[in-house]
Amino acid sequence: MTVPLEVVGSQGEAQPEAVLEGGHAIEGRSLGQIAWMRLKRDKIALSGGVVVLLLIVMAIFAPLIVKWLGHPPNEFHYDQVNPDTQVPIGSHGGISRHFLFGVEPVNGRDLFSRIMYGSQISLLIAFLATLLSVGIGTMMGVVAGYFGGWIDTLISRVMDVFLAFPILLFALALAGVIPDKAFGLKGDSLRIAVIIFIIGFFNWPYIGRIIRGQTLSLREREFVDAARSLGARSPYILSRELLPNLVAPILVYSTLLIPTNILFEAALSYLGVGVRPPRATWGGMISDATNWYQTDPEFLVPSGLAIFITVLAFNLLGDGLRDALDPRSR
Amino acid sequence: MPCTMKRTPRTAALAGVAVVALTLTACGSSSKKASTPSGSATGGATSSGASASGGGGGGSTTTAAFNAGVGKVFNPSTAKGGTLRMAHSGDFDSLDPADTYYGYSWNFIRNYGRTLVVFKSAPGAAGAQLVPDLAETLGVPSDGNKTWTYKIRKGVKFEDGTVITSKDVKYAVERSLDKTVFPDGPTYFNDNLDLQGYTSPYKDTDPNKLGLKAIDTPDDNTIVFHLKAGFSGFDYFAQLPQTIPVPQAKDTGTKYKEHVISSGPYMFASNDLGKKFVLKRNPYYDAATDPDSGRLALPDQISVELNVNAADIDNRLLSGDLDVQIEGTGLGAEAQGKVLSDPKLKANSDSAAIARTWFTVVNSDVAPLNNIDCRKAVQYAADKVGYQRSYGGATGGDIATSLLPPLIPGARKIDLYEAAAMPGGDVAKAKAALTACGQPNGFSTNISYRVERPKEKAVAEELQQSLAKVGIKLTIKPYPQGDYFKLYAGKPDFAKSNGLGLMVYGWGADWPDGYGFLEQIVDSRTIRAAGNTNLGIKLPEVDALLDKAFATTDITAREKIWGDIDQKVMESGEVLPGIWAKGLDYRPPNLTNVFVNDGFGEYDYTTLGTTKT
Repeated sequence: MTVPLEVVGSQGEAQPEAVLEGGHAIEGRSLGQIAWMRLKRDKIALSGGVVVLLLIVMAIFAPLIVKWLGHPPNEFHYDQVNPDTQVPIGSHGGISRHFLFGVEPVNGRDLFSRIMYGSQISLLIAFLATLLSVGIGTMMGVVAGYFGGWIDTLISRVMDVFLAFPILLFALALAGVIPDKAFGLKGDSLRIAVIIFIIGFFNWPYIGRIIRGQTLSLREREFVDAARSLGARSPYILSRELLPNLVAPILVYSTLLIPTNILFEAALSYLGVGVRPPRATWGGMISDATNWYQTDPEFLVPSGLAIFITVLAFNLLGDGLRDALDPRSR
Repeated sequence: MPCTMKRTPRTAALAGVAVVALTLTACGSSSKKASTPSGSATGGATSSGASASGGGGGGSTTTAAFNAGVGKVFNPSTAKGGTLRMAHSGDFDSLDPADTYYGYSWNFIRNYGRTLVVFKSAPGAAGAQLVPDLAETLGVPSDGNKTWTYKIRKGVKFEDGTVITSKDVKYAVERSLDKTVFPDGPTYFNDNLDLQGYTSPYKDTDPNKLGLKAIDTPDDNTIVFHLKAGFSGFDYFAQLPQTIPVPQAKDTGTKYKEHVISSGPYMFASNDLGKKFVLKRNPYYDAATDPDSGRLALPDQISVELNVNAADIDNRLLSGDLDVQIEGTGLGAEAQGKVLSDPKLKANSDSAAIARTWFTVVNSDVAPLNNIDCRKAVQYAADKVGYQRSYGGATGGDIATSLLPPLIPGARKIDLYEAAAMPGGDVAKAKAALTACGQPNGFSTNISYRVERPKEKAVAEELQQSLAKVGIKLTIKPYPQGDYFKLYAGKPDFAKSNGLGLMVYGWGADWPDGYGFLEQIVDSRTIRAAGNTNLGIKLPEVDALLDKAFATTDITAREKIWGDIDQKVMESGEVLPGIWAKGLDYRPPNLTNVFVNDGFGEYDYTTLGTTKT
């Protein structure tokens, strides 16, 4: 495995012609390596990936970062706010050495800290919800595509039902009636769990359909026939022959689903059904900022930029991944 | 306003006079109290006399300055002409005089309708004075205040030139009784006239549709009202828009609002329902027949745009593209900030006190707040400055030291918890109170607010911070405002089982009076299973005082009782007062004769003129 790479490396450049000359060397490379090489060449996707990594690190270490560079996210700083107009005293929304992103109108909370803590909620919900929909979607898609017949019909119709579901309305209604305690959770953890469930559970048909389509074409391929003729049973074929070939689309669509879910979570927070105040969320901050867009437009900037950058980074990474894993789709 | 900002029913008990135990509607709730008029105060409605001239009363000024339109007339002028441009972020409940129940609508309707008597258009306290309008004098009572007689002025005409007679007024009152056709209007006439089973002129067998026996019209200029029981404040009914004359031949029922036949200085030129209507001069209006009301009728036209985006209205006011926001709720938060930060704009604005208090109910159903010392701990610990900031600082209102707004007659200075001396909260006293309560390390409870209201959210977050200083931990619980009373804070079972120890709230009377302000929020006997406007104040001594007030006919004595009730409520610690509200109104420089009518808490819409043509 390592030899061909070294050969390429020793030649100093990865010319396609050079690779073609050593035909046997290509056979030695795994799909993942080829994809990684392509991805490395795609600087835009790579930078998206770096930003995503940074965001994840930021979310995990938010309390530490805030300790060094900010103030507790719910601490009031009345001295930073004009008592008559309620907008920050300092210029540009009160940006200063002590308040890197400025402060909130009325109560003077540190926007930097709130963005940091907000990233935890956004990413947590987005990742777990994506995991849930990808898990359900893959399972249903593979089963429907592989077995076909009435199973396929049934699952496909269920997908249609889910796709026709007004998910936002449902989320609004459900989030409005969440009790304080249920399923052994309470307060915000329960609300986060419910939101993850809503977003994840109602989004699986999107990925499910894609997986079903891929499975339909894969199951007719020779290697599946070969496995079957050798006596392999369905569970083996599903997990060993089909799933590995589905990793690429799963990875790509997960990466593209995450930003969608971040936006959805932001929309829910914006509409006031996300986690409860005073806990910071990006959507909630945008919602608060809309009341101030004329007198303190800077309030809108940090949360807006945070969502924008995050979604863009995930989308760039996702696009790059798709190009890398499936160059024919270009 | 109690429930939604939209529905703004005028509360009863106008101008602090003998209108007691009237129907009080609270946001469509079914708590309509059967009216049992009590009291026979005679000094209730003092006539200003026919010689009173319009306008003045509090002086005037032409220098643009902050609050130049409060208590005095700004930019007085007699120049006629131009178009007064108004806009509404929503729509009127109805333009039909029988079917409208908003303060701004009653303010505006005087432009196209004349009631028997009317509140004088004058700045300051004079605005709360009743003067004759369509009638020659105020009502003349007889038979122990059970019979009230008015003489209609001669020579007053409808927009088509027909002379207005007492029968037109009688017909107007008759049709207003039909709540199936006109559900929105007040029900004072339904409740107090001796109807004898009469329901509606639309079901009347009388050929002239004048079968109601409770109103006599012995001749074309005399109208006599017969009440079920003696009531000294009947003039306050006679000023309701429902006494604006309606010619029976032109009545089109629910469609009458498309073209109300004018009896006032303006008539409808066009009316595109839900979009825009324009009033033009009524050629048959004769100012000589209108010597008392203070109407000036300066502009040639009044245009009212409907369903305009609220922020858009503010921007157009500031840019001079619009003259008046007709709901009179003041500028929105953004425009307010803009105006306050610019001295030039600020000089064109007025901060008008409103009879409204924003406060938080401390729920004595929820342990440990059932202990008065724990409630006192909350009172002392709360940061009152933060509360004020949540509502926009000093322009949003003054820090309240008690429940009753100072604007209401009878309110006196009550400050039991050092709101004035230590507005930031008194941690030491709060801790002492906590110790007395047996919770020296504090306790945990919940605070609810209406999710659509960012100011209430700010209050909840602010109280969470300030109470945490003494160890009282608050969990914030937002609820949708549409169901705040039906399902959440206004439902005692829910509030108790969900441990809503604090409930952010606010209440306003549309007319400054103790009864209208207090009755629905502190009378424990109004508490029902759900849909309450009293969020849990249950004090027997307050109930007793309310009863005493209903039975007291002397105005001064009764007004003192409102203050006593305020005192008792504050002593119980069940209300954490926040601020006494103010609204910030903007008056574009082209407006003349601008003043805040204290009764409405809005600019007076019958005196405004414009220099723009």
